Amino acid sequence: MTSSSQSYRALENWVTPGSRVLDLGCGEGQLLDYLVRTRKVSALGVEIDQQKMVSCVANGISVIEQDIDKGLGNFENDSFDTVLLTQTLQAVRQPDFVLQEMLRVGKECIITFPNFGHWQARLSLVLKGRMPVSRFMPYEWYDTPNIHFCTVKDFEALCETLKMRILDRHFLSGAQLDLSVSDSIRFAPNLRAVNAIYHVTRG
Amino acid sequence: MSDIANITKPIQSISKQQCSVGLVEPQTFIYSDEFPLCGGQSLPGFQLVYETYGRLNADKSNAVLICHALSGDHHAAGYHSEEEKRPGWWDNYIGPGKAIDTDHFFVVALNNLGGCAGSTGPTAINPETNLPWGHNFPQVRVRDWVDSQFKLMQHLGIDCWSAVIGGSLGGMQAMRWSLEYPQQVKHCVVIASALKLTAQNIGFNDSARTAIVTDPEYQGGDYLRHGTKPSRGVALARMIGHMTYLSDDLMGDKFGRELRSGSLAQGEQSSPEFQVGSYLQYQGSKFAESFDANTYLLMLRALDYFDLAREYGDDPVAAFQQACCKFLVVSFTTDWRFAPARSREIVNALIAAGREVTYANVNSAYGHDAFLLPVENYEKIFSAYMKRIAEQAVVEQQGTSHD
Repeated sequence: MTSSSQSYRALENWVTPGSRVLDLGCGEGQLLDYLVRTRKVSALGVEIDQQKMVSCVANGISVIEQDIDKGLGNFENDSFDTVLLTQTLQAVRQPDFVLQEMLRVGKECIITFPNFGHWQARLSLVLKGRMPVSRFMPYEWYDTPNIHFCTVKDFEALCETLKMRILDRHFLSGAQLDLSVSDSIRFAPNLRAVNAIYHVTRG
Repeated sequence: MSDIANITKPIQSISKQQCSVGLVEPQTFIYSDEFPLCGGQSLPGFQLVYETYGRLNADKSNAVLICHALSGDHHAAGYHSEEEKRPGWWDNYIGPGKAIDTDHFFVVALNNLGGCAGSTGPTAINPETNLPWGHNFPQVRVRDWVDSQFKLMQHLGIDCWSAVIGGSLGGMQAMRWSLEYPQQVKHCVVIASALKLTAQNIGFNDSARTAIVTDPEYQGGDYLRHGTKPSRGVALARMIGHMTYLSDDLMGDKFGRELRSGSLAQGEQSSPEFQVGSYLQYQGSKFAESFDANTYLLMLRALDYFDLAREYGDDPVAAFQQACCKFLVVSFTTDWRFAPARSREIVNALIAAGREVTYANVNSAYGHDAFLLPVENYEKIFSAYMKRIAEQAVVEQQGTSHD
């Protein structure tokens, strides 16, 4: 499994053992595979890239081909305990719509995203006058799949608008969603966090 | 289903020697007890012809069942003789190293009850009259096929299918298996299928039936006794069907408006013949040579009558709650006969029923026929799914041997 190097300890404790989990934009299914092993969840992935789906299937992760920008109309209200959206929020057409759909389908949601308020991103724009390209965001502005970057503050403002209740959150100093690798940041997260990870529910 | 391989160069050619199960021999299973059918009638026993590929392992846990579509039969892979020009109908996907890997799986493929390739059907002799059954052969339904396949399963000493697999009408049988024998199926693979046919689909089938029964040679269904053969009717029925198995783009690419003979130029008297028409007529005639008219009618009706959720309050979610197995569902982008939307209905019902399901809508230009042909991502996903089943079986076996 390609995920052996990846660990998801930052969000693992938010997932109830044996619960039903839906991962939107599940990629090759590493996170779901991790949760199946550590939390014995019943897992379903949603993915649009068939090459990635093949990896999911090879790893025994059930996956549905579906475009989440078109909504989750085929999923019933409250049909999953937890709906996950990791490092995908910035790549969807309508982040607010996707979040609302997640809150409808899942009792709880876990969302992770790269924080565009990180000082390096700000510095790049202010000093160089260029859109930031970094190890964590390696794309040029014209070829990036990430079309809706936001900052920690932006996200929390949207939570309020959408009446989402924040159950817990972590701000990580690195790209890995693992608290033993990436430090958890308490001071000035909007400036210092590379990644943000939120556990939310309906308000 | 049809013969698109003739007009479309496959992505990879599979030679007779490579990745083939090689020479295969059909076998016959005879069931001698009374066999009640869901239409109310019963058969005084029946026989089914079948083929197997690969080896059944010691604990008989590696068996998969292949369910055929409208005009399929038991010859799903390999060759009957060195002289046979073309291998079985699903040779692209059955064989050593292929999606249904015969190095691991023991594959069972049969000709369904009511068929004309050797299983008991309209061309068989009715023991009560000593005459061919003809149109008096009782209508069988998908449910009856599944029940008769279950008898074959018992005969082979298999307790549980590692997977039941089918495309189109075959997918309907696979789904029915998951509901009727939930403990006997571990995985259900449903390709280019539907919970039930749409009105448009039934319309096509009805046109095909009309083509057959209005052929004077059909003789009210008694053509075998009259020594006639409704070949024109069957050929026309097949032309109608065949057209619907292809995509508009594919037919456009292959034939366009090309003429086979004649001219459309002004002032010319000739009556032009389009290439596409000549192709369809050839396919129709070829099919009519070997396929029995009453069998075709019976198969078309079985397709029309199928409705997975009928006995479950018309609720596919309630239906799938009977199932215990995992599902792989595949559709093809240009399939308008069993459109991707039909597969999504299956998938959504499975999700709502809490079943584990993987679904891909694979890009292909081949229309409905894609399920028979080499299509890259279809091959990849199908292979990965089957390989995972094989790997899990090994893990489980090691688990039990340690106990």
